[in-house]
Amino acid sequence: MDILLLQQIMIAALKTGTPLLLIALGELVCEKTGVLNLGQEGMMLMGAMAGFAGALYTGNLFLGVTLAILAGMAMSLLFGALSLNLNTNQVATGLALTIFGTGLSSFLGGDLVGSTIDGFKPIAIPLLSDIPFIGPLLFKQDLLVYLSFVLVAASWWVMHKTRVGLTVRAVGENPYSANALGIKVIRVRFLATLFGGAMAGLAGSYMSLAYTPMWMENMTAGRGWIALALVVFASWRIAYLALGAYLFGFASILHLVMQGLGVDISPNLLAMTPYIATIVVMVAISSNALAQKLSTPMSLAKPFDPKVH
Amino acid sequence: MLSVQPRIESSKKMAWFSPIIAIVLTMLVSSLMFLALGVSPTKAFEVFILQPVSDTYNIGELMVKAGPLLLCATGLALCYRANIWNIGAEGQLLVGAVASSAVAIQATQNSGFGVLLLALAAGIVAGMLWAAIPTFLYRLFHTNIILSTIMLNYIGLYTLLWAVHGPLADPDGFGFPESIIFADSVLLPLLSDNGRATISIVVAVGLALLSGLALYKTLPGFKLRVYGEDQAAARYAGFNSGKIVWGVMLFAGALAGFAGASEVIGPIGQLIPSVSPGYGYAAIIVAYLGRLNPIGIILSSLFMGSLYMGSDLAQIELGLPTAITGLFQGILLFFLLACDYLIFYQIKVVPRETEKRRQETLLQMKRDANDMNEVTSEDTKAQQGAL
Amino acid sequence: MKINKWMAATAFTVSSLFAATSFAADPLKVGFVYVGPVGDHGWSYEHDQGRLEMQEHFGDKVETTFVENVPEGADAERVITQLAKSGHDLIFTTSFGFMNPTLKAAKRFPNVTFEHATGYKRSKNVSTYVLRTYEGRYVSGVAAGMATKTNTIGYIASFPIPEVIRDINSVYLGAKSVNPDVKIKIVWVNTWYDPGKESDAANALMDQGVDIVIQHTDSPAPLIAAEKRGIMGIGQASDMSHFAPKSHMFSVRDVWAPHYIRTVQEVMDKSWAPEDYWGGFADDILQIVSINPDLPADIQSAITSTHSKIKSGEFHPFTGPMLDNTGKEVIAAGYTLTDAELAAVNWYVEGIDASIPK
Repeated sequence: MDILLLQQIMIAALKTGTPLLLIALGELVCEKTGVLNLGQEGMMLMGAMAGFAGALYTGNLFLGVTLAILAGMAMSLLFGALSLNLNTNQVATGLALTIFGTGLSSFLGGDLVGSTIDGFKPIAIPLLSDIPFIGPLLFKQDLLVYLSFVLVAASWWVMHKTRVGLTVRAVGENPYSANALGIKVIRVRFLATLFGGAMAGLAGSYMSLAYTPMWMENMTAGRGWIALALVVFASWRIAYLALGAYLFGFASILHLVMQGLGVDISPNLLAMTPYIATIVVMVAISSNALAQKLSTPMSLAKPFDPKVH
Repeated sequence: MLSVQPRIESSKKMAWFSPIIAIVLTMLVSSLMFLALGVSPTKAFEVFILQPVSDTYNIGELMVKAGPLLLCATGLALCYRANIWNIGAEGQLLVGAVASSAVAIQATQNSGFGVLLLALAAGIVAGMLWAAIPTFLYRLFHTNIILSTIMLNYIGLYTLLWAVHGPLADPDGFGFPESIIFADSVLLPLLSDNGRATISIVVAVGLALLSGLALYKTLPGFKLRVYGEDQAAARYAGFNSGKIVWGVMLFAGALAGFAGASEVIGPIGQLIPSVSPGYGYAAIIVAYLGRLNPIGIILSSLFMGSLYMGSDLAQIELGLPTAITGLFQGILLFFLLACDYLIFYQIKVVPRETEKRRQETLLQMKRDANDMNEVTSEDTKAQQGAL
Repeated sequence: MKINKWMAATAFTVSSLFAATSFAADPLKVGFVYVGPVGDHGWSYEHDQGRLEMQEHFGDKVETTFVENVPEGADAERVITQLAKSGHDLIFTTSFGFMNPTLKAAKRFPNVTFEHATGYKRSKNVSTYVLRTYEGRYVSGVAAGMATKTNTIGYIASFPIPEVIRDINSVYLGAKSVNPDVKIKIVWVNTWYDPGKESDAANALMDQGVDIVIQHTDSPAPLIAAEKRGIMGIGQASDMSHFAPKSHMFSVRDVWAPHYIRTVQEVMDKSWAPEDYWGGFADDILQIVSINPDLPADIQSAITSTHSKIKSGEFHPFTGPMLDNTGKEVIAAGYTLTDAELAAVNWYVEGIDASIPK
């Protein structure tokens, strides 16, 4: 395998991994506060649809992205109102959100099918993009990819270096003691849920404005679910999440690349590998009691109600 | 002024009333939606609610649709009662279908009843094995069951795709991904000649009733409920948590595997890539709508089944696109979930002064609770493991 | 007679109350079952275009209904049965996975006519209809063979069924006829429709030196990916020119209307009989549309001349002598494969350096 091909495979893995990274980053923060939102796919589809509609009608990609983020947040608002304010079961509410979002996006997006736009184009950063090998890989991407780099760094900083991060983790670990410390648990969880919605919307807009610039029903094809696996794979750590997203991206194009090279292997068996790998990682982190304590949010998917407690 | 208060005990009355309130609210909202689309709301509800039960064929089809939902949801409900968050019914159903097909393709026209039983058993065992993996990982390593079962759903799906493209494909099928059509001898007996419902629906209802009985009237059922509500209490009482977790997981796996088997050796009659249109996921919603109560689940699976059928009928009769059905289902589910609030909380009109006093006592209670919580938090953390 | 049949089918139902409005009406009721959304801009979309054109052709003499997004599982048989039960006289089921459900429903409704696309099983009231997609592929191969600079053509394949394998052969034969050094790289995506994955496959191929992308999947994503990198591609099923104004060479469009109009007419005239219909260039049911005017003139003229040679019957891509890629003779000299033999192609022709996935 020559170096140029390797580089191109890595670029492809990075592009495939970016929507996974964006949506998983939102879900990670959400899960850190103890909220498990299985409605990722529905939110992402709404984001993809709204982003495309916005860009098509205004002619401005950034308005499209903004609209996508708002659409994702509106969906997560619905989830939050039900599961956080009315304490409905998070798993069932998330599944309902996916059904609803899939239906709503294809209903509202009916007229958009077949329209075309000029999506985000790669922008080379001067000097940096001239670095051999790494340059074209990291510094010759479209704006949303750069934005994903920034968001990962910013989220890491916020979660690990600020009070906000401490608060988020406190709420996810034990909402009742957090409450006793005067933290507004529901408010924190709601904000994290909204952040999750915004990121899902952004990930959706990456699909419809950069990755494959068009809108089609169900175009995210299950990426929202893969993001859930990814968060676990990363054991709720942002640095690992970025690595994991690109690895997942790599795994999902691996069989395409290998076929092109003439390697014969069952694509169905190969397609299982990311999921098997995730289970292996889960076992590895959960069998280590210390790592377990530091990663899985203790109150994940559990409702919080101080009055009942 | 109005005040929301948690109920000391969940309201039995509201458990029955809240679905009705939800349905009324859904009808109001969706009427507006249907009017906006130029479809008469009465006609729409007729199609969604009445048509699926309008004749013997449709009733049979409703059973075909509700059967796998009921089987999966019954198993899931017991898991959820025990606070075990098994999302894996889909994967268990799919591997059940694969294993059952592996037996069924061997059958000939003259095969006896034994082969049929073997095909069913293969499905059940495969479902149990698939459920055993996350259970084993949970017991040994505290691996989060929600997440490991989601992963196994995908692995199960790819196992099915691999099998149907390869080892189980029809050798004379021109490479199309499907198995041979199974011999009639290995198909489940039909309930009526005018339809496709098989005896599996009877078994499903029977199992739901039995598990209801077991849950409320037997000692293991009691242990399960206690374990689900308060693991610490169950431990102090000396209940064997391993038995409970293994029991509900294997039971759920067996039921989902049975559902998969009875799809392929029932209405479908061969192994195909799309054995399940997401029954295992829909069953989670069915289990909740049924209040995790087997009787409720019988009703909610029929209800969910009729919604799915209504989707096709709405297209045929009213020309409504499938997207509308998704919206309608989503709205209904949201209302149903939201109205559950009324079971656990009451909205009361209270005089202002007492409200203030109540708040103060509540605050005091909360402080006490938190103090206690701090003491036990270390303990629960160690024992709760992944979830 | 039609009303009697309809009444017989629904006499035992209460639902006749709801359907009472259609009782007095006379038009032929025609139902369509689609596997995808009408808005997929590919397979199901073109079937629906055919339905609309047929509806327009007959005006109020027909009444059409469609059901989209029908899963190919236990649900398909119910949907087909419900269409038959609600008084539809002719039902088109437009995906391979509907084959056995169609046959089962047809058994229950012997007076209803069924037409199943892409299948191989028929009965006394079930016909099958398929496209000679290999004709379009051969033209694609000729154009690709002339246009490629790297001598490498990429093929995004869905599932290893005879239609796809036949078409891969056809592309390669077409390309080889104008460019003896040409190679074909095949990537199986195991889906008919997943824009992201199709796009990934296109990129994987382009990364490996492919400079013409041909797709056997339904979304325009591969073309869009090619456009981004300035590489040429060919549209599938529908006219995809506006998705990639620069990179689009031409589209091979499925035009179902002629078949739908003919079948409806036959059912109206009571002259319908079960058949295994293969439609291609000759019937204009498969068309080359939107040839990119910026293509070099020799490529443009090769496209049109190859098209007319196949259309007139002067040339058939699967004419012997032909060896498979293990060196075994699969077509004897001077022999042309029959439709039944075309439906069972399970070998790659000599020169394709790959094996068919198991």
